Amino acid sequence: MTELALVTRQPPQVRLPRLLAGISYYDVAGLRDHERQYGPLPLWGSAGRRRPGRLLDIVDASGLTGRGGAGFPSGRKMRSVAAGPGAAVVVANGAEGEPASCKDRLLLTRLPHLVLDGITLAAHAVRARAAYLCIHGEETELLGALDDALAQRSAAGLDPVPIQLTGIPGRYVSSEQSAIVQYLNGGPAKPAFSPPRPHERGVHGRPTLVNNVETLAHLALIARYGDRWFRAAGLPNAPGTTLVTVSGAVGRPGVYEIELGTPAGQLVLRAGGPTERPAALLVGGYFGAWLPAEVAWQVPMSHAALKAAGGAMGAGIVIALPVSSCGLAETARVVRYLAEENAGQCGPCMFGLPALADAMADLAYQGGRGRALRRAAELAGLVAGRGACRHPDGAVQLVRSALLAFEADALWHDRRGPCPGVARAPVLPIPGDAEWDWA
Amino acid sequence: MSYELRVNPIACDGHGMCAELLPELIELDPWGYPILVSPAVPPALLDHARRAAAACPTLALLVGKAAVEHR
Repeated sequence: MTELALVTRQPPQVRLPRLLAGISYYDVAGLRDHERQYGPLPLWGSAGRRRPGRLLDIVDASGLTGRGGAGFPSGRKMRSVAAGPGAAVVVANGAEGEPASCKDRLLLTRLPHLVLDGITLAAHAVRARAAYLCIHGEETELLGALDDALAQRSAAGLDPVPIQLTGIPGRYVSSEQSAIVQYLNGGPAKPAFSPPRPHERGVHGRPTLVNNVETLAHLALIARYGDRWFRAAGLPNAPGTTLVTVSGAVGRPGVYEIELGTPAGQLVLRAGGPTERPAALLVGGYFGAWLPAEVAWQVPMSHAALKAAGGAMGAGIVIALPVSSCGLAETARVVRYLAEENAGQCGPCMFGLPALADAMADLAYQGGRGRALRRAAELAGLVAGRGACRHPDGAVQLVRSALLAFEADALWHDRRGPCPGVARAPVLPIPGDAEWDWA
Repeated sequence: MSYELRVNPIACDGHGMCAELLPELIELDPWGYPILVSPAVPPALLDHARRAAAACPTLALLVGKAAVEHR
């Protein structure tokens, strides 16, 4: 038996879930549950033996990239912060702004110590003297629970750099990294003009590492199990696992942990399969893109593959739109929401997004009378790339992808008027919409 | 040394002086905010670009050395 095992030795099977392994059915994972599940926090700093540079090497070798949307290599980001002048600051971004994403909230509510371990490890790696965990200020219950978790940890002496819990305003743009930095500096939670970027001059003028909380949770596991373990899952150029939030016309909407590179269709099947024939998938959230179902089904979930297919990974969001719904009406509602969520700072976004929302609403609900389609395309070209942050660009990408994915439908609307799908109950969540109150 | 134009869109209030003073490189959108026809400033226009930047009431137009943007 043992000999046979030696002969047929294969690379170890990747066991999923990894991050979500410690989720219990009914409760928050306390510090003791957490340590039993994942092992104790490696003593990178306090033992005095392991240098911060060693942890950076391991993060580099792991190929970890940011899970907040941009997908930037985490090791490189940490190095540029560590190389900056003076003591650095770490900011964990848990203010999930995407209405269709639940993964950060899931981590923070059920596995807080994974995120908090990650903050402490990141603070060690970049030699930070201050660390913040930012979540939406309205989430009072979560703030309380995280306070308890932090108290448990300080009693156990786990966080040499104290982690300050901060509530930020719950608007769409306030979770953008320069907005968080500006808010922590006493300003409004609105995106700032860059450069300087946060890694150069951020909180209190110091080099600041802003990481999504899922990225930090992965760091907590990489520090324990190593870069080779991390790379055993996923693709060579997109290693590891990632959390995705699946919703829309699927049997079991929710948060799933997948290997990067898993085809989007397989993910929909894991989420209970389609409840109705899907017309398109919205991948990447409201900064992402619509992909026709037959295209999206095969596309591997990774930044590179989705970009090549004309989409975006974003923060790992997949929404299945059934054929009975109207993709143009769904897009019009979301663009209106994005227009209302603009920070009111940059002219092209302040005036361009409402105009774009009007054009899309015209196309979706009024029938474009042969004009709205051209108007929407024109406005998209006019606002793209002209804001201080990527907010207008995100809205434009969504509109452009809708006009491509629902091309035939758009022509029909423009010439003949709305399709029957506009009367269906909306699929995409809009905060504050009565039909869609997730919390 | 090559120079380039940038607009700080947060500071810009759409006064439109830049498009008056530097029509070769700046147009206005339907709402009166500047669109850079090309960010690169040809040497012959450098003085005009600097004058336009200095005339901006909110100092939102920037003339700087061209650099490769990275995060």
